[in-house]
Amino acid sequence: MKYSVFSLLKNTLSGHKNWAPAWRDPQPKKDYDVIIIGGGGHGLATAYYLAKVHGITNVAVLEKSWLGSGNIGRNTTIIRSNYQLPGNNPFYEWSLKLWEGLEQDFNFNAMVSQRGVLNLCHTDPQRDAFARRGNAMHLDGVDAELLDAQAVRDMYPFLDFDNARFPIKGGILQRRGGTVRHDAVAWGYARGADLRGVDVIQNCEVTAIKTTGGKVVGVQTNKGFIGCKKLGLAAAGNSSEVAAMAGLKLPIESHVLQAFVSEGLKPYIDGVVTFGAGHFYVSQSDKGGLVFGGDIDGYNSYARRGNLPMVEHVIEAGVAMIPGLARVRVLRSWGGIMDMSMDGSPIIDKTSIDGLYLNAGWCYGGFKATPASGWCFAHTIAKNEPHKLNAAYRLDRFRRGYMIDEKGQGASPNLH
Amino acid sequence: MLINCPHCGTRPVEEFTFNGDASVQRPVSTDMDAWFDYVYLRDNPKGRFDEYVQHSSGCRAWLVVTRDTQTHEVFGVVTARDYAKTRVKA
Amino acid sequence: MTGFRLTAGGLIDRDTALNFTFDGKAFAGHQGDTLASALIANDVHLMGRSFKYHRPRGVISAGSSEPNALVEMREGGRKVANTRATMIELYDGLIARSQNRWPSLEFDVGAVNSLASAVFVAGFYYKTFMWPKSFWEKIYEPLIRRAAGLGVASKEPDPDKYEKAYAHCDLLVVGSGPAGLMAALTAARSGARVILADESSALGGSLLNENEEIGGMSGLEWAMATLAELSAMPNVTLMPRTTIFGWYDDNIFGAVERVNDHVLEPSPYEPRQRYWRIMAKRAVMATGAEERPIVFGGNDVPAVMTATAMRTYANRYGAAAGKSIVVFTNNSSGQRTARDMQAHGINVEAVIDARLKDDVIVNVKGGKRASAVELNGHRVIPCDAVAMSGGWSPIVNLMCHRGAKPIWNETIAGFLPPDVGPAFVAAGSAAGHMLLSECLADGARAGTMKGKVPAVPKCRDEAFAITPLWWVKQSTGKAFVDYQNDATAKDLPLAAREGYRDIELAKRYTTAGMATDQGKLGNVNAIAILADATGRTMDQVGTTTFRPYYTPVSFGAMAGPFVGHHFQPVRKTPLHDWAEELGAVFVETGLWMRSSWFPQQGEDWLAAASREVLATRSRVGLCDVSTLGKIDVQGADAAEFLNRLYCNTFSTLDVGKARYGLMLREDGIVFDDGTTSRLAADHFLMTTTTANAARVMSHMEFCHQAHWPELDVQYVSVTEQWAQMAIAGPKARATLQKIVDGMTLDDTTFPYLAAKNITVLGGMTARLFRISFSGEHAYELSVPADYGNMVARALMQAGEEFGIAPYGIEALSIMRVEKGHVAGGELNGTTTAGDLGLGKMMSTKKDYVGRMMAQREGMLDKDRQCVVGIRPHDAQDKIRSGTHILNKDDAPSMAADQGYISSVAWSPMLNMWLGLALLANGRARHGEVVKLFDGLRNIHSHGVICDPVHYDKENKKLHA
Repeated sequence: MKYSVFSLLKNTLSGHKNWAPAWRDPQPKKDYDVIIIGGGGHGLATAYYLAKVHGITNVAVLEKSWLGSGNIGRNTTIIRSNYQLPGNNPFYEWSLKLWEGLEQDFNFNAMVSQRGVLNLCHTDPQRDAFARRGNAMHLDGVDAELLDAQAVRDMYPFLDFDNARFPIKGGILQRRGGTVRHDAVAWGYARGADLRGVDVIQNCEVTAIKTTGGKVVGVQTNKGFIGCKKLGLAAAGNSSEVAAMAGLKLPIESHVLQAFVSEGLKPYIDGVVTFGAGHFYVSQSDKGGLVFGGDIDGYNSYARRGNLPMVEHVIEAGVAMIPGLARVRVLRSWGGIMDMSMDGSPIIDKTSIDGLYLNAGWCYGGFKATPASGWCFAHTIAKNEPHKLNAAYRLDRFRRGYMIDEKGQGASPNLH
Repeated sequence: MLINCPHCGTRPVEEFTFNGDASVQRPVSTDMDAWFDYVYLRDNPKGRFDEYVQHSSGCRAWLVVTRDTQTHEVFGVVTARDYAKTRVKA
Repeated sequence: MTGFRLTAGGLIDRDTALNFTFDGKAFAGHQGDTLASALIANDVHLMGRSFKYHRPRGVISAGSSEPNALVEMREGGRKVANTRATMIELYDGLIARSQNRWPSLEFDVGAVNSLASAVFVAGFYYKTFMWPKSFWEKIYEPLIRRAAGLGVASKEPDPDKYEKAYAHCDLLVVGSGPAGLMAALTAARSGARVILADESSALGGSLLNENEEIGGMSGLEWAMATLAELSAMPNVTLMPRTTIFGWYDDNIFGAVERVNDHVLEPSPYEPRQRYWRIMAKRAVMATGAEERPIVFGGNDVPAVMTATAMRTYANRYGAAAGKSIVVFTNNSSGQRTARDMQAHGINVEAVIDARLKDDVIVNVKGGKRASAVELNGHRVIPCDAVAMSGGWSPIVNLMCHRGAKPIWNETIAGFLPPDVGPAFVAAGSAAGHMLLSECLADGARAGTMKGKVPAVPKCRDEAFAITPLWWVKQSTGKAFVDYQNDATAKDLPLAAREGYRDIELAKRYTTAGMATDQGKLGNVNAIAILADATGRTMDQVGTTTFRPYYTPVSFGAMAGPFVGHHFQPVRKTPLHDWAEELGAVFVETGLWMRSSWFPQQGEDWLAAASREVLATRSRVGLCDVSTLGKIDVQGADAAEFLNRLYCNTFSTLDVGKARYGLMLREDGIVFDDGTTSRLAADHFLMTTTTANAARVMSHMEFCHQAHWPELDVQYVSVTEQWAQMAIAGPKARATLQKIVDGMTLDDTTFPYLAAKNITVLGGMTARLFRISFSGEHAYELSVPADYGNMVARALMQAGEEFGIAPYGIEALSIMRVEKGHVAGGELNGTTTAGDLGLGKMMSTKKDYVGRMMAQREGMLDKDRQCVVGIRPHDAQDKIRSGTHILNKDDAPSMAADQGYISSVAWSPMLNMWLGLALLANGRARHGEVVKLFDGLRNIHSHGVICDPVHYDKENKKLHA
């Protein structure tokens, strides 16, 4: 059933009794052409584009819990394409372009809102780094504006300009960046994939990956063995654990990143703003909550919760940036598990095992990448080779010395 | 989270800096595969995990903390120095 | 007029009148009132509007779970939104306003949404607002945003202060009702250090509002006697107005104490709120149980509230919700309310007890104020308030904050806390004990630190029985599950029909449980309705995830004093005073404040820095370089240690000499650089960059302790022990000579790269190094930090005859760019030694950190970007950092990108802008004309690639 104002009115007349399920609740078939492990944003997007772009519809997405229960359901909803390295920018810009047409494409209102993403700078070297980044974006045809302190003040007069430990000297603004209703992304992709024949199977945990002669043949699950010709791993946060079932060791550590939402407020802050002198970024949801976050806790973790030191730092940075926040209350905090990679950039690639494909290492940048990640991973699986957009995200780049390190922190995952 | 530093006693987590998997060992050989494994690959287990931790706001000793990555329960702490010596023997 | 003040009773001081306003209208209440109780006593039930339909709403609860009566408090920088009227202690001069209504609470235009409520069902917005595409951002979303949200928050700085504090205890007791008091008393009597915390303004929990008998006295008297005993004990800390908001690893609890929210303004010596981290060896969760509403038509009409809330307002606050009430219950609580209200002289029109008869309320009439209830079978009972009780939910939140899930219990029809081990146990009704005697006994058990559990006082028990009734399906009015978010009973089956069957999906789709009360009142009802709709049990559906914060916590409390200028500490160098005397402008560099330039009258930064460069290059300059990291390395294996840390060799360095060193990370990328001097065979002094000082130190400690514990070496950071200054320029030697003791400085006694312990100014310990970052004949002089200012002043005096000038890091930076020395812009964490033109420093004769990974193909690729010099093609042009470089005839594209300008400077020596750049295969391209792309600033020009050394290529001045 196509969603529209007409279908809404029609269903209103029948007391909303006749809405079709957004997706089926299928039992797994004996085998599939492609199985994707992970019913989160990336996994569902992959299935959607496999069906839509490549016509591969004999596909199952296996989710060990409920649909969208991973990082697609626990991020801070920001989209942007303000990267500086050639391996990154075209990929993220493609993602942003897909976001721009996504809702009409999958017929689901995900509330894509290009409210602008502003990164503040507080020193000359920071501004120089922004200039380098902004010009890289311009080279790729991506919008970016370098703002001086006054221009920042005109946009957000309530930031701390007068009493700050680190005065705001300006910022870099990407107006096409913004926010998206995160859960709706998972739902929209799931519904779109389901409509095209993909089986989205919840509460189906993979316990083993079966290979024969160096080739994937299927997976063992709590719902029995399911055969497949190709297997894609899209289980960021748990990539190491899943890859280990195939005997692979990854350049990844799992870390917890906390995020927060305030009580609902009338419109307070229009776009996304990132503090440059501490770990804090904030936007406001359509519902009115300030959605914010900071840095990872710093220790390896699979617990979807963090501890108070990082909470305090994030909140301190928040009030340092916006003094008025002191009297706003934080409603809820939660944690997500990040695949922190060795250069801060992701991996979308084939593996040494025939028919096994890897989508991992998203650090805390996975949400914005969801459409392009699914699109490129679908291409990589369908064609058995990476698309040029994800050509840099090879697994062997570490061995060969072609890291994609935006932050320049090297092989220390918790510093990216 | 609290960590019991062998020198300073039980201290809150913000006094410590984490540096990941302690099971990897700097190779003495010049075998590129061994070096690649050491610098880039991690077991990253869900559960019991030996990790390097520095008491950076305390005695500054590097420690090896054995901790559960799911529950954050700390099972034991030794100095990295002792850990290295035991490992050489092993 | 129906809500009123009872003539007697309650814990209020009837002799004090406190004046306050609500929506501009003046009222009076008493000390001991909450805003909610005072409004009810003044017959005000309409206190807010709901989120989506703007329904008129009054209080549902008398506590922190309140979803409806949220108000905006205070003015200006103290304005705060969304405060629960049920938790606001009344004070004289209190100003409160209702929220989310326009133009007024009585007449709210937003209520028109109710008319379209048939369309505005769960998730309707996911299905529409998509056409035309551009309308979402331009029209729909701005409308939705304005309509959504609750209160208006202040954007002004908060004039109040906040504190952070830490506490340690043997036993933390959360909640001060019967179980909590008993636990605290038992532990305290055994000598344990006890903290008893409660979110309420007064300790005592349910004993403050229930008629109980304990130990031959009233429950209230027993509570007061127990609190008196506790407060007299030195090992007990009582913390009223303190919410334990979260449970973290290793039994650490986060708490916020509302120190001064109950007064008009805090005293200037006290914080508004205090944030606590409490480290508890053991803790008891005696948080009680939350009474649930029943989901029936009109269960949100003002003056419909939980049974406990109604009797709490009467018993504790002497405020009657109405004159004739109807009670709707499925458990013993309703009868209790009926009895208590009758005792207060209130008419109880009917008690509809679902355990006894099939009667149910299908609707509440009245709109802004309950006027009657309609039963199934169309019977209408007039009334002016309704008490409801759908059963009890143990308040399990804290115990579930670390991932454990609560367990469904049929007997009490509630979720019980999980077993999370002996360090944190539940007691009393939080553990599912519904009888007072059980709560006291359970508290005593939980408070027993060791040995035998003491006997507890005898008490009167009120029998408990419940027959679940979740949702009156026959309801004719809207039946709410989540009041604030306007999620109705019908939304949940709809979510299930559409595939959102998991409770977590249903929550997200319907928003039930996502309001500021986080589902405290509504979640169990939602679970039950979803279970019914999907043919599952309560257990199978399960709960959503409990997470901090138990109730919302202000940013201010958690930020404490670390805001504004105190967000991070300030590091000042030992020469700060000297620089300040000379009018230095300081700049933030990490935590440091560094002297950036020394303007003379009328000079801007560029004029000042240019003059400082000219003075230094032609005469002599003095610069504070104390922020460089300094690490003293000693021991028999000190040289070997440095050999392994740096890619170049230090074991061959002569005593009394300095050498430039380059340090890699283990991945082969350059980590840091600096000069290291050998002061004795087994004694080195390393310097690091300002930015990496701490990381280099930590890296050394790691390498030594984890990799090479066998090395006999000790090292310590001495960054803050020494003031360090650079004296540079043709007259540097002459200037220094005047303060150096007993030594003639010449190329024999003190050649280039000499490094020695000396004395200055008649015996002061000092270290002198002949090293240069500026390219001039230069020295760096270290003296003990406390003497830094004095020595700098002495040098200024000594250099006066030569025209000495202080110079800051702007001039320093100009001179290093002129000389092509790499710094932060080039040491950016992605460059190799080869990229920096320092590949030859990498020893082939030894192991060192980074050696192996530096040999990977990508690290040696000839197309890597490496450091070059760059100048504008037209010498009049300015060049800018961050400008990208393209081949001269290429159109801009990422694929055509050749590199970027990493550092620039206006060179007063060459009278033009100069720079360093990172350029693909750059060393082979000296002399090439390139396109400079600065799309960001829309400046496009051409540049010429050149050798990075722009000035004095032959190093004549260095050795002059």
